[in-house]
Amino acid sequence: MPFKRFVEVGRVALVNYGKDYGRLVVIVDIIDQNRALIDAPDMERSQMNLKRLSLTDIKIDIKRVPKKKDLIAAMEAADVKNKWEKSSWGRKLIVRKRRASLNDFDRFKIMLAKIKRAGAVRTELAKLKKTAA
Amino acid sequence: MPLDVTNRRPKTIATSKKGTSNKIKAKEAVPLKKQGEPRWYSADDVPRAIPSRKSHAKPTRLRSSITPGTVLIVLAGRFRGKRVVFLKQLASGLLLVTGPYKINGVPIRRLNQAYVIATSTKIDVSSVDVKSIDDKFFAKAKEAPKKKKDGEEFFEQKEEKKVISDARKKEQSRVDGALLPLIKKVPQLYHYLNAKFTLTNGVYPHAIKF
Repeated sequence: MPFKRFVEVGRVALVNYGKDYGRLVVIVDIIDQNRALIDAPDMERSQMNLKRLSLTDIKIDIKRVPKKKDLIAAMEAADVKNKWEKSSWGRKLIVRKRRASLNDFDRFKIMLAKIKRAGAVRTELAKLKKTAA
Repeated sequence: MPLDVTNRRPKTIATSKKGTSNKIKAKEAVPLKKQGEPRWYSADDVPRAIPSRKSHAKPTRLRSSITPGTVLIVLAGRFRGKRVVFLKQLASGLLLVTGPYKINGVPIRRLNQAYVIATSTKIDVSSVDVKSIDDKFFAKAKEAPKKKKDGEEFFEQKEEKKVISDARKKEQSRVDGALLPLIKKVPQLYHYLNAKFTLTNGVYPHAIKF
């Protein structure tokens, strides 16, 4: 099984530990075996241990340590935001966030909706079983 | 100092001038008792009542999450688990709530905010007038003085049926009449207030948002 996601300049990664948990960042330089210089449009460029990063499939075309506006332009060109939100990993995170923000009334409405959907599925299934029999 | 009741020679205020006689004059004698001291002390020690340090100057602080129209979850008491609508805070500090009665059977009632979870669901109850309801509304009606029961009557099971006053019923229907159309406007809110709050698998109260 060859590796597919590499730590390289331009690799988009997700921070999985610490103050910036959940943020999408771009690796703009590699410091040493363990650390990389990372940057994102809404944060200051900083170093981070690679153990705190989860690499994604997305890679953008930048030179080593680009200026902030060049970074933003490259991210727009590669359409990082949309690619991320469409990817199954990105979608899962969005759903998780949505579920965590539900209030009691929302949870109640969802319960009713689930029951309704299950009921609709069951009636359809019953119909299909009947015609198949 | 115990009061000396023995007949002692009254003392005079000494104004010894040279030459004046030190003889007691009855009119100038200082009386035995000082003004203001009690005439009688009890034999046993009477405990002194400690003055109450309760300050009723400030009313109970209402949690910022509880505002008029908030849906509350009752955690204890007869209506535990029910979702009710908060109307206002009374002078005693207790919360005035109503079911509404038609939806979940909770009448206009007082609750302690310690036994309540405030949800973030709010209804606009500015049009519901609850100014006339205060703590006196909930005061127990004074019962007629009971006749002293004799031996037999004492052991009889007395069946007292709780009668809800007409005043309460009137207020209930007035408040609920104003609230119900507001509730029906929001989809599924009627059923939400009808249902009880329960915990299910994977729902941890410390981790969920109310």
